Amino acid sequence: MSELVIDQLAVRVGGKTILSGVSLTVRSGEVHAVMGPNGAGKSTLSNAVMGRAGYDVASGSMRLDGRELLALETWERAQAGLFYAMQAPTEVPGVSLEDMLAAAIGASGGAAGDLGERLQTEAAAVGFDLALLDRSLNVDLSGGEKKRSETIQMSVLHPRIALIDELDSGLDVDGLRTVARRIEQLTESGMGVLVITHFPRLLHELKADQVHVLAQGRIVASGGPELALELERTGYGDYLEDEPPVSPAASRPQIDDPFFMG
Amino acid sequence: MGGSFELVSFPFTGDRAAELGADPARASAARAAVETGLPDTSAEVWRYSPVAELDLDGLRPVTAAPEHPIPAPAHYDEEVAGITVAATVTVVDGFVTSIDVADGWRAKGLNISAEPVSVPALEEPPNFFDHLYTAFAPDGVCIEISPDLVVTDPILIRSHLTADAAGFIGLQVRLGSDSEATVFEYQTSEGGGLAVPMTVFDLGAGAHLRHTYLQDLQHTSWQVGRMISNVAEHATLSSGLLAFGGRYGRLRTDTSLNGRGAKGELIGAYFCDGNQILDYRTFQQHAAPDTISDLLFKGTVDDEAGSVYTGMIHIHPEGAGSNAFQTNRNVKLGEDAWAWSVPNLEIENNDVRCSHASTVSPVDPDQRFYLHSRGVPPTIADRLIVAGFFEEALRRMPVVPAARIARALISDKLDHRLASR
Repeated sequence: MSELVIDQLAVRVGGKTILSGVSLTVRSGEVHAVMGPNGAGKSTLSNAVMGRAGYDVASGSMRLDGRELLALETWERAQAGLFYAMQAPTEVPGVSLEDMLAAAIGASGGAAGDLGERLQTEAAAVGFDLALLDRSLNVDLSGGEKKRSETIQMSVLHPRIALIDELDSGLDVDGLRTVARRIEQLTESGMGVLVITHFPRLLHELKADQVHVLAQGRIVASGGPELALELERTGYGDYLEDEPPVSPAASRPQIDDPFFMG
Repeated sequence: MGGSFELVSFPFTGDRAAELGADPARASAARAAVETGLPDTSAEVWRYSPVAELDLDGLRPVTAAPEHPIPAPAHYDEEVAGITVAATVTVVDGFVTSIDVADGWRAKGLNISAEPVSVPALEEPPNFFDHLYTAFAPDGVCIEISPDLVVTDPILIRSHLTADAAGFIGLQVRLGSDSEATVFEYQTSEGGGLAVPMTVFDLGAGAHLRHTYLQDLQHTSWQVGRMISNVAEHATLSSGLLAFGGRYGRLRTDTSLNGRGAKGELIGAYFCDGNQILDYRTFQQHAAPDTISDLLFKGTVDDEAGSVYTGMIHIHPEGAGSNAFQTNRNVKLGEDAWAWSVPNLEIENNDVRCSHASTVSPVDPDQRFYLHSRGVPPTIADRLIVAGFFEEALRRMPVVPAARIARALISDKLDHRLASR
């Protein structure tokens, strides 16, 4: 039994407060959905939990099975049992899925012996073209293929808690169903899920035990699956104050690269 | 001439040119070297080079082919020793010490001999090293490919520089019309010394030369070289330039696309660390219609090392319909490492398609984060990303075994980096 406890988390990006006191607990086998309009700070939450540079935790804590994550680097958080399925997975030229996973498994002290075989099995399970396994990570993959690749990685690494950001983007209805089935199987064998989406209908495919509405940096409502149905009907209007939402541009750190010469 | 020539003017600084012997061209080149002196680093083409630090007095003249077995460098046995070759040529300190052409290929018209390389007129006045080459070079490797002959196996040139030697290393490849060949040059050294390669390619109409030069000198050795290519109509030069060694490793390439549809492809990969400086100067002349240049140079600099890439693509008025692409990308690993990258275009015909791009940047933070988020530790993540960065160039290397050695050498450098941190 694992649990991720996020307690009164406040996060600043580029000096601006994006999250101001988010609390959530995700346990093994549970699916939690964090929903909210664009710019509510949903991706900031997952990036902050993973410890991405530029997402500064101003206060609060995050503990995985009692271990404070703030003291850990990103890779150590992953080794501790977190996985982050990204909205737009990064392209890494020249590095294959197998190379990366072998390095991750190797660093955990595990043996990557049958990794090639496992990748084939997991790829087949989510309808990922086996020929794409040899490609560089996410390079020249469609949006849907990238999401399938993220799911394959999740299956192989078998995290305690998976953060899944906008799972549906790029996937067609059948693809979403396939990927959601695989994630549900993983939850049945003990993985906890924090799924982040602005799109309530996603939860037709990936059933959430609990739904949280994130607006203006705080969780403003929590409830069972019926909350998602309500959001589908009414939208987020009821949860927004007059103040405009934070623009998506401001929620991402700007990294200056003095060496770039156009 | 050649191997019997008495090299008596070392050190280069004294005026002893008169002792050079009976060959007036050599004597005059030796005098010119002394008069010209080491290049001036205030001149643009020598900027950023440490050429003023070259210790000429520490160089050892070589007057005859040394009796020196060529060592098998790292990864040679696994990646090269077993391949089927059309010919193997060994060169020590610029002297051709053996030529072994497979009987089948000799019968079909592959001719390799040791002869003086005929160097075409240079675009600019010869520099110090050009004069030295003219004065001191022994016979070089001359490869003749008859018209229509397609040599499917690579020709391997294993070239080695002994300790502190000044080696003038000539290579001339002439391809008859519609012929094809693959040439793999593998240059190593024992330590110290100066290698001055002079490589001349002449491609007849419709010919295709696949070439890769792998430079894995010791970090105390110097190299200042040239590669001059003339490419006739519908001929293709595919050249791979790999550099990992040398205190200072410089190569200037001049590619003239002289006939309609001529193509010059240059793919470079280099990795310098410690106090190394690797320096590429590429010049592409589009002197005929519908010619194509495709250049991709990828490099990594670590520690206090530096790299220079300056490229010039010149589309002449006759170059209508030409395509020219020039890309240089550098990853800067060490805080104090540097990379200077200047792609240039000079276009004298408007009916062309040209692009150039250049970047010098640290390891991409998003790529890093992606790997970290999977549980890959930072040092290993950087290792994967940097090795992966080179793949775009290595997959395009015209000589596949050279790419395999390059991967292994990059791996060695990255392992060394991991171990030292």
